[in-house]
Amino acid sequence: MRSAWTIAKKELKAYLYSPVAYVLAAFFLLVSGFFFYNILAWANEQTVRMMQQGYPAEYLDINQMLFQPFFGNLAIVLIFLLPLLTMRLFADEKKTRTEELLLTSPVRLGAIIAGKYLAALIVYAGILLLTATYSLFAFAYGNPDPAPLLTAYLGLFLLGAAFIAVGLLASALTENQVIAAGVSFSAILLIWVLSWVGEGGPGAWRPVLAYLSFFSHFKNMAGGVIDTQDVVYFLTFSFLGLYLTRAVFEFRKWR
Amino acid sequence: MIQVEHLTKKFAETVAVREISFTVDKGRIWGFLGPNGAGKTTTMRVLTGYLPANEGRALIDGIDVAADTRAVQRRVGYLPEVVPVYGELTVKEYLRFVAELNGLERRKIAAAVERAVERTNLQPVYGRLARNISRGFRQRLGIAQAVIHEPDVLILDEPTIGLDPAQIIEIREMIRAFRGSATVILSSHILAEITQVCDGAVIIKEGRLMATLTREEWGKSLEIVAAAPLAGELAAALAQAFPAVAEARCDGAVLKLEFRQPPSDLNPILSWLLGRDVRIREIKAGLEALYMKAVLAEEGRAS
Repeated sequence: MRSAWTIAKKELKAYLYSPVAYVLAAFFLLVSGFFFYNILAWANEQTVRMMQQGYPAEYLDINQMLFQPFFGNLAIVLIFLLPLLTMRLFADEKKTRTEELLLTSPVRLGAIIAGKYLAALIVYAGILLLTATYSLFAFAYGNPDPAPLLTAYLGLFLLGAAFIAVGLLASALTENQVIAAGVSFSAILLIWVLSWVGEGGPGAWRPVLAYLSFFSHFKNMAGGVIDTQDVVYFLTFSFLGLYLTRAVFEFRKWR
Repeated sequence: MIQVEHLTKKFAETVAVREISFTVDKGRIWGFLGPNGAGKTTTMRVLTGYLPANEGRALIDGIDVAADTRAVQRRVGYLPEVVPVYGELTVKEYLRFVAELNGLERRKIAAAVERAVERTNLQPVYGRLARNISRGFRQRLGIAQAVIHEPDVLILDEPTIGLDPAQIIEIREMIRAFRGSATVILSSHILAEITQVCDGAVIIKEGRLMATLTREEWGKSLEIVAAAPLAGELAAALAQAFPAVAEARCDGAVLKLEFRQPPSDLNPILSWLLGRDVRIREIKAGLEALYMKAVLAEEGRAS
């Protein structure tokens, strides 16, 4: 545990001493801020129109009109963002040959992987937390229900955790960061759209593909619904990513 | 102590190391000598647990590397061929990180870092980013990280490569200081380096063990190269005149001598030769002669 934290601290320094984390956070906030603004403008327009047509106020749900689509968009941005955050994790160690230091130290392989995963998770959580400032505006000028918001953030965090696990695995496969990012981006995108494939595919496979898709599990949480099944899915997925990363190292040793 | 027993390491189709065996006794410094691509780095990587062996085994202080890799890694300090430095950390942060990696207790880390810095004279760059330090300091930093946890065994892959002569001498001094306190194995393709620093040498070529030599052995042999071919009787006369010489042979212009004990003073022999009008062009230390013999013998057998 202590050695995993040693690795995580070093990785956090690598993120924070270089412009990577700041630039990624800035782009993420720029893009997500743009989405928030647009969706808010749309929600306002809708609200005014519905009021004019005499709909009762109970029909207007800010969670549903603003936050659910907003979080859906955030998830899409993450598909682009997180591969960029994770691409350096192992690829860079291989390129600079520092990997040899880690793998000949008495630290367990599992602790090295866990430490790197933890560091990326912490940076991601920090970036995610910054988007909470948008919600503060919603609370200042309206009265959204906080519970679904927290659920959606938990969903985003778990979704990101799974993306990072995919990114970590991709980074372990190559010493080229661009390839690592490309592999993880494609893998995440494909798993995301598995549910669409499921809709058009042969009947028996539909539920299986839908179950494997990130999208199917995230859409409920974005709407504020916690289902243990979804939480278990994300945790299992993340664990599988870390496990396969470990397998990559074991395999490479014998090649 | 380092023991290597019938070690074989294959990569896909190629055999990088074939059936190598040698032993380095505790507190000794041994050299690992061979042309580039001979399998030096591969053997060292097996010793540090970075690569698994296909056959045979390696033991560090009696512990099998394959059986208890982590116990071995705690005892070993390793300087890889490319110094594994994180450019974004300062020298101080980097050494603290390596100390933590090696499981040093928190309260002992500061002292360990300080000791490693003192030993390798890193004080001038202590607060600098590792990516900004010069090659010589980088190599010293590599040695500092290898010794930070006071390992019993040090494995140094080409510790002086790419350094200028002054820096090479400095690094050699550092390595010599470990004699007695740690078992050291260092790789090199510079013969002079091995004769100056090491108690023994393992010579490998194309993954095969060519010879194991001790300082005793190479200290006993010597080659004197003359400017012109020598008469055969000269060797016999010399062996008769000097009882310390066990064997003398003339091979063209080269006079090959084997001593009973490593000689302390060559002057009597040299003046004897000068007295017989032998114009001496070069004196080759023993290891060079033995190295050439070991490597050439193989080539002779192959052809």
